[in-house]
Amino acid sequence: MARSVTQNRKIINTAAAWAVGLLIFFPILWTILTSFKTEAQAISDPPVFLAFDWTLENYGVVMERSNYMRFLWNSIVIAGGSTILGIIIAVPAAWSMAFVPSKRTKDILLWMLSTKMLPAVGVLYPIYLLFIKLGLLDTKFGLTIVLMLINLPIIVWMLYTYFKEIPGEILEAARMDGASLKDEVLYVLTPMAIPGIASTLLLNVILAWNEAFWTLNLTAAKAAPLTAFIASYSSPEGLFYAKLSAASTMAIAPILILGWFSQKQLVSGLTFGAVK
Amino acid sequence: MATQHSRSAARLMMAPAVVLLLGWMLIPLSMTLFFSFKKYLPLRGDSMANGLEWVGFANYTRFVGSSAFWPSVQATLTIVGGVLIITVVLGVLLALLLNQPMWGQGVVRILVIAPFFVMPTVSALVWKNMFMDPTNGLLAYLWKFFGTEPIAWLSQASLPSLIMIVSWQWLPFATLILLTAIQSLDGEQLEAAEMDGAPSIKRFWFIVLPHLSRAITIVILIQTIFLLAIFAEIFVTTGGAFGTKTLSYLIFQRVLESQNVGLGSAGGVYAIILANIVAIFLMRIVGKNLDA
Repeated sequence: MARSVTQNRKIINTAAAWAVGLLIFFPILWTILTSFKTEAQAISDPPVFLAFDWTLENYGVVMERSNYMRFLWNSIVIAGGSTILGIIIAVPAAWSMAFVPSKRTKDILLWMLSTKMLPAVGVLYPIYLLFIKLGLLDTKFGLTIVLMLINLPIIVWMLYTYFKEIPGEILEAARMDGASLKDEVLYVLTPMAIPGIASTLLLNVILAWNEAFWTLNLTAAKAAPLTAFIASYSSPEGLFYAKLSAASTMAIAPILILGWFSQKQLVSGLTFGAVK
Repeated sequence: MATQHSRSAARLMMAPAVVLLLGWMLIPLSMTLFFSFKKYLPLRGDSMANGLEWVGFANYTRFVGSSAFWPSVQATLTIVGGVLIITVVLGVLLALLLNQPMWGQGVVRILVIAPFFVMPTVSALVWKNMFMDPTNGLLAYLWKFFGTEPIAWLSQASLPSLIMIVSWQWLPFATLILLTAIQSLDGEQLEAAEMDGAPSIKRFWFIVLPHLSRAITIVILIQTIFLLAIFAEIFVTTGGAFGTKTLSYLIFQRVLESQNVGLGSAGGVYAIILANIVAIFLMRIVGKNLDA
């Protein structure tokens, strides 16, 4: 009796959860489906779900017409570059705060977090002006630097939380054996910290890939990444659903896949360790 | 434990990150502050080289006094408030549901989280065209199917539409954090309450909800900071028309579209102050949790 009650509950839970999950996922599913339709089928009345002539034509057209590869390359360079640069700068900082803490460590960490709270629009013109003066407007380098800076606090925080979990005794032992600071970091700490660094990398690539304030305001034709590429479809002549869908699918697919791997890190990363 | 040597080395290792963030904060911030006290219209020939006219607090009073200011505050509060209510309420319910035993939990989790990884320009455009378009949108078909007149979502119901789009983006975040918090709930306490005959609504109200209060607070604070700054969603859907001009969007328009830098900078200072008020509360919670 009791078993069948719980069994029934499990069936109801499963049905409800799947229904809600599919409802939430539906806009993405619909976009992916539409990307394989012809333009006529994309706006057919009534809408067709699966019974249409699947075609890859839209992908070809989007890649050919809008130079998709260049936008993709820009996204990869900017998201990847800003994350790697950020990690190179953050690893020593997080290391020293986790293993050689001082009275001010907590204040420094919180202050770093506070720079993340600065509303971007409040400093838009100064950055814009500096970019013009330094010749950085519409360059991948300039955008890489800005995205590195806005994500640096998150990178430091994530690495700090991971490093904190590494037992300090191991470092002590290495020190006793006469390892220098450099050896300590390179041969003892780094191998143990690789998983933490990897998940930091993953989450920050996602954040940088999807960043849509600075990428829209500081780029034009040359350095524009996929966020700006998609935004260009908001003009009326770009209103082709199937092609918009193909472009969207190509822009989000890599990150959806990366994102599913990083869902565990997402919580502690985005709440700065406040929820684990 | 740490030697003098390792202390100074530690300081050296921290230096690049600290110096960069200090520069990233102080340089643009002081420039914004400087511009906010100046008349600065680059399109009319004002430039740093010719010297800018000092106007005191004129920009600050003009920004607040302009006819666009209060509607923008209202739009901001509506969007932030609306999205917070929807994501927190649905997030709690969804987290409770996902915490139940079921088949395929991992897959459902993935489906629910997915919208968070979609770039803002994509989700805004997909919703705008493929769902909310009054002639070809999927919602229009749905409305026609039930025999009612389709709605021109983004012009007739612009704020609710935006709230819907942004809620869809942020619901996964709220759900994921609340689910993590629920999973740390002590199961024995709940079982004991169940044995004592407490109905499920009471168990939720007196045990689960108090346990979640900290996670809910964090969700609210973090989302508020991000929601105050939403940009791309408005940029590609309405462009600030139909009453969707938020405070950040208004500042963006003042600064880059009409190139009134002084006025926009004064607005920027207001936005910075506003964000800092929220940030202080968030930092206090995060700081308490930090055993550095």
